[in-house]
Amino acid sequence: MNIALSITKTIHDWLYSIMPETAAMYAEMVLIALVYLGIFAVAGLFLVLLERRVAAWFQLRIGPNRVGFQGLLQTMADAIKLLSKELTGTDKADKFLYNLAPYFVIISSLMALSVFPFTQEFQAFDINIGIFFLIAVSSIGVIGILLGGWSSNNKFAMIGAMRSGVQTISYELSIGLSLLTMVLITGSLQLSEIVEVQKSGWLIVQGHIPAIIAFMIYMIAGTAETNRAPFDMVEAESELGAGFHTEYSGMKFAYFFLAEFINMFIIAAIATTVFFGAWLSPFGITESIPVLGVFWFLLKALILVFLMMWFRWTFPRLRVDQLLTLEWKYLLPLNLANIVIMALLVWHNLTISF
Amino acid sequence: METVTLNSNFKSEEYFINMGPQHPATHGVLRLLLTIDGEIIKKVEPDLGYIHRSIEKMCERDSYQQIVHLTDRMDYLSANINNEAVCLTVENALQLEIPERVKVIRTIIGELTRISSHCLWWGVMGMDVGALTTYFYGFRDRELLNDIFEETCGARLTMNYNVPGGLMFDIHPNFVKRVKEFIAHFKTKLPEYDRLLTDNVIFQKRTKGVGILSKEDAISYGASGPVGRASGYSCDVRKHHPYSALDKVTFKEALRTEGDTYARYLVRIQEMWESLSIVEQLIDNIPEGEYRVPTKAVIKLPKGEYFQKVETARGELGVYIISTGLKSPYRLKFRSPGFSNLSLLNHIAVGGKIGDLVATMATLDLVIPDIDR
Amino acid sequence: MTNESLQELIGSWSPNLEFNEEGSQYLNVTVPIEELHAVMFKLKHDDQTSFDYLFCLTGVDWGEELGVVYHLESTNFRHSLVVKTQTAERENPVVDSVYDIWATAEFHEREVYDFFGIKFNNHPNLKRLFLTDDWDGFPLRKDYEDNINMIIK
Repeated sequence: MNIALSITKTIHDWLYSIMPETAAMYAEMVLIALVYLGIFAVAGLFLVLLERRVAAWFQLRIGPNRVGFQGLLQTMADAIKLLSKELTGTDKADKFLYNLAPYFVIISSLMALSVFPFTQEFQAFDINIGIFFLIAVSSIGVIGILLGGWSSNNKFAMIGAMRSGVQTISYELSIGLSLLTMVLITGSLQLSEIVEVQKSGWLIVQGHIPAIIAFMIYMIAGTAETNRAPFDMVEAESELGAGFHTEYSGMKFAYFFLAEFINMFIIAAIATTVFFGAWLSPFGITESIPVLGVFWFLLKALILVFLMMWFRWTFPRLRVDQLLTLEWKYLLPLNLANIVIMALLVWHNLTISF
Repeated sequence: METVTLNSNFKSEEYFINMGPQHPATHGVLRLLLTIDGEIIKKVEPDLGYIHRSIEKMCERDSYQQIVHLTDRMDYLSANINNEAVCLTVENALQLEIPERVKVIRTIIGELTRISSHCLWWGVMGMDVGALTTYFYGFRDRELLNDIFEETCGARLTMNYNVPGGLMFDIHPNFVKRVKEFIAHFKTKLPEYDRLLTDNVIFQKRTKGVGILSKEDAISYGASGPVGRASGYSCDVRKHHPYSALDKVTFKEALRTEGDTYARYLVRIQEMWESLSIVEQLIDNIPEGEYRVPTKAVIKLPKGEYFQKVETARGELGVYIISTGLKSPYRLKFRSPGFSNLSLLNHIAVGGKIGDLVATMATLDLVIPDIDR
Repeated sequence: MTNESLQELIGSWSPNLEFNEEGSQYLNVTVPIEELHAVMFKLKHDDQTSFDYLFCLTGVDWGEELGVVYHLESTNFRHSLVVKTQTAERENPVVDSVYDIWATAEFHEREVYDFFGIKFNNHPNLKRLFLTDDWDGFPLRKDYEDNINMIIK
């Protein structure tokens, strides 16, 4: 097994000392899963809070500032409220699929989190097909959206789900291809390897022009992938009410909501890892303190998250046919050309590295 | 459900969808029965009457002073202009000589109402095409106007400031100062509107060439206000049948020829500039004098028929009174702009997508109580 | 065109038209119900009248008769005209639709049908607009009674 479980050596050793080897391995995995679940459920809530404060800032408002210091506990309170809410549903909904859909969405986004290198030590699962795994897992989420929209027996939800399908399938291509462009430099899909390569310059610097183009395409496609404005065709509240989750309430709705924010973080985290050197500090200023890697990783990811929030609160929404035109007529050909340029660059050693 | 079989083996199935009566894009309790094929709209059928209060029937038993108060509740965003319409009809019928001061104040407040209505429309327009931030920008500026209205007449929305014969009270001493402050403020904020939304590429893509209304159709469907003017149809009542102090000011009628959603948007933006200029011309020249001429407690209009048009923020409002000489009208009809503008929705929305319908509806600027009266 | 020349021109089309200018700022013409559609068609399409804008369509209950009032304006010449027609039939009043001449009449005629019960010939979609389909009676008629919803002073 090519799994490097390396969060804390102590727990690892302790578990192996009190249990037989197989049981210890399972116990360790469950433990790590629980830790991740805990951290990111809470982190997701804080992302919601961040979004609300950022939105308020863009909109000349103050935003939530009453529950806890500067509203820090607001989304916690909201989550507790959502937990206590009644779960309603339509009469003729396909009950099994209707209940299954939120779990698809939330689980796929939590799964993707497991491979990120937050620092050199803090990585749950360093798999050698890291980026491939990320793309594959994060696209499972759309099944949940499709199921949710289809099974809730609501025409608005159905239209939303269909739009989601068409949108995700299209933009998956751009995400994959733009990451592939960067893989040409690293020569590896393993995330720890990719970070290793970036010790001689972040990839966006190493690959200069094609890398910047790839990053732009990636951010556009990533915003579309998370169904956020200006690509929120799936929800499009002025057109479809609430889109695919029209008929969901309480915690089931909260899963969709939370998943959107975790997905946004994932998109930003992938970009951080692939373009901006993951946990590496700029110019190696804090190389001697490895723990600060978490800080740098989160800082970079949050800046990109902020960028996506900026998009959302500034741009109007595209129409569904314009969305597809953008992908198939502009981004995809540009992306393919970009790969060729990058390949030539790498072949002739024109990349910049320090 | 109707099934259409095409020549190939594929079947295209049309389906119905209820947009409203509770839907974010209908801005009120309007219900649209959409016939859709995939995303493409085949037919739009409005279903009205969810808040019909039968104002016309109520008018038949009310006195003319009371009728003025009902008109606030029609197009509540241009409440003051609606009031003015009824007052002008009654005054014309009684052949009252209205002081210049009243006329100027009515025009100023009318134009400020128009700006306030367009601010709200601009915010909602942005929201309908997905840019949520515009809503708050629009409301920021509208709030200043509402404060001015509140100080003047005690109400922010349904103002009831006009009465037959003049105004309810004189203007507040601060009025002139605050209006000038607003003009200075709004002149810096209107370019901001353009930077945020008008010049946005996505917005332009969403609105250009969408929901095209030709000039002939605009006239035939009785379109008025910015909807008609965006199609090159010169229908500004303020130009063709000036009332109050509008014959003393110079302003340009915002006209465009494209007739699409973007043109309707631009016409409204330009109207805000023109309204500002009208207020600027008048604000320094409010003549001294009475703010009301006394009328009898029970107004009885002479036998006859009276029609008065005014330009509300949405278009041409007509008040048609048939009087038999009693204290209430025999028949009173409001020709509301929204009603005619809604009737052309099916004509211009068919063939577009759901997103187009929402954008088109936003530029028709429907206020449902105005339609449902 | 001035009201006089309008009266002269339109009066030459049919001998059954009655003109009246009293108690109104517009020229009023009363058209017999059978001739309504033909006269309206001519008003719109004649080069000299060219009344292309129907800005108001009102139903009126005159007590005995039910009437429809059309307010017309020409966007070219900026002259206006009021066309009136009425029928003594209260049980089943029928007026020709002018929907094919001015598209705006479609909604206005539905409104008149809804509140006065005047039926319009050749109307594409004549059903209740504001009220529910099973509403009893026509509220804007003078003889309409509803003891629950109406407050009579």
